[in-house]
Amino acid sequence: MNANRGECASRACLLPVGDTAWTVEFGDTIDPAIHAQVLGLAGSIERQRRDAGAMDVLGAIVDVVPTFRSLTVYFDPLRCNSQRLGESLLQLASTAESIATVGRRWRIPVCFDEEYAPDLNDLAQCKGLSREAVIALMTETEFQVYLIGFMPGFPYMGGLPAALHMPRLSSPRKAVPERSLAVANDMCAVYPWESPGGWRLLGRTPVPMFSAADTSSPSLLASGDRVFWQAIDAGTFREMEALARAGKLDRDSLLLHEGAAS
Amino acid sequence: MIGMLEVIDGGIGNGIQDAGRFGFRHMGITVSGWLDPLLARCANALVGNGPDCACIEIRGAGPTLGVRHGRVRVAVAGDMTLTVHRANGQSFPLPAWESLVLDPQDALETGFLAGGTAYLAVGGGVATPLQLGSRSTYQRARIGGVNGHLLASGDVLPCGALGRNERREYQAPPWQHVQGAVRVMLGPQDGHFKPESLQLLLSSEYQVTPQMDRMGMRLDGPALAHIRPEAADIVSDGVTPGVIQVPGNGLPIILLADCQTVGGYPKIATVISADLPRLAQLKPGQTVRFCAVSAVEARAARAESEERWCAWVQQLTYGLHNASSVGDDVDAFWNAAG
Repeated sequence: MNANRGECASRACLLPVGDTAWTVEFGDTIDPAIHAQVLGLAGSIERQRRDAGAMDVLGAIVDVVPTFRSLTVYFDPLRCNSQRLGESLLQLASTAESIATVGRRWRIPVCFDEEYAPDLNDLAQCKGLSREAVIALMTETEFQVYLIGFMPGFPYMGGLPAALHMPRLSSPRKAVPERSLAVANDMCAVYPWESPGGWRLLGRTPVPMFSAADTSSPSLLASGDRVFWQAIDAGTFREMEALARAGKLDRDSLLLHEGAAS
Repeated sequence: MIGMLEVIDGGIGNGIQDAGRFGFRHMGITVSGWLDPLLARCANALVGNGPDCACIEIRGAGPTLGVRHGRVRVAVAGDMTLTVHRANGQSFPLPAWESLVLDPQDALETGFLAGGTAYLAVGGGVATPLQLGSRSTYQRARIGGVNGHLLASGDVLPCGALGRNERREYQAPPWQHVQGAVRVMLGPQDGHFKPESLQLLLSSEYQVTPQMDRMGMRLDGPALAHIRPEAADIVSDGVTPGVIQVPGNGLPIILLADCQTVGGYPKIATVISADLPRLAQLKPGQTVRFCAVSAVEARAARAESEERWCAWVQQLTYGLHNASSVGDDVDAFWNAAG
């Protein structure tokens, strides 16, 4: 029954995802140390793909997806021997260094006004906090982007203070407004588009999370990035939203440079 | 030369697809692309295209197209028939697996789709804009296709056009998918299931439910118990078309071309790439069985599938549909088709 079970090296296990992908698994929990190993392996695969020629076994890779705790590597099965590719990945996993902070740091504006934050009062009440205290916790925290998934540009972020942890809504909304800032359990995210969803909505950003027109980097955020939320009023929100609609919102202006105060 | 088709009626569930959008899954962008790449490649071959050209995937009530510009060669691969309405008022059926050159102002009406998926190819390929490297329609993110949506009346589809004298047509016997149980590789989370569940998966018949779309298909049959109730949830990790995920209710869901990039249900097994196209032909109410193969067997099956397709292409013939109207200069034909 277990003929297909992957091998494990010191730190990682190799799991087959059919004949077109391997998942290199470092753990089964959400943990910054595990995620740092994931990012380390992603980085060393990227370097090796760049340095080695197309003849290298890594040349058959078509997609690399870092998650909280694992890296899934998709390949063209007609262009490589999957067993050899798996061995290479495991080898890289045992030598790759952990990378805690590969990403960029962002300060992204969010309006926490009631019209954009339908669950903020409820959450504050349940946790015995004032609205202001919830907003302060949200804006003082550095959130870490673990993975982009579920839908294009949707960032799963960790770092939500324990004082704000609450389960998903028992009955999901049919339509969460686009760009809603949302929390569930110990995670935080922004819905790139209007979609059904069960996370609790604490605010809304004027900044698009995804733009297909930006062909080099359609997703604003990437695994490994860190994010601070910055509270803005409704007037500023509408101005920035209009700018973004006109395609005039400069993404780079949201980047924090090393050493900058948060 | 540029040909132009206008969508007169978009039908239901029909969109432009190609081999898929690779290199963006880390941004949450699924691969999309043909549900049945083998059949799509057949359709392309039937109009003289290379295998990777974008074509129209038909999943429900088929579309009706009108030629607005140029002479356009069309063909369908799949289990459906078409009706051609010539500009002069003449109408006649066009079987699948045969190409036909349409003239400006002709229209093509697609009929009843008996199979699960069919492909309508046009000479030169559908030339809507590439978005993130692909023409595939991904509705959820409004990427690809015509402005990110499925075919709708009024859409205009650029394609290739043929020279004035070109009347040569292609035909081939229908492509046959391999039969028998759908082959899977166990994992990546087969360890989250009781051993009896693995046996059940590989020995039972599962029925395709009406809950199926390009994202996935839900199956009905014996429930597959997890090793513990908590084992029904995992910290989300990567998924791919073909994975069989099993939520707490024990009923399997096979993810397909438009699936999310990561998922939080354990995946008991994964349909191998050689058999993934077969799932596109399943319709609600039909049943499916699974058997487990090793990585080596999966690799051999994929190689065999490619060989079978190459053998099918060898059976492709072309001849004159209307012998009185064309010469037989083969070079001129290729120049015109290219």
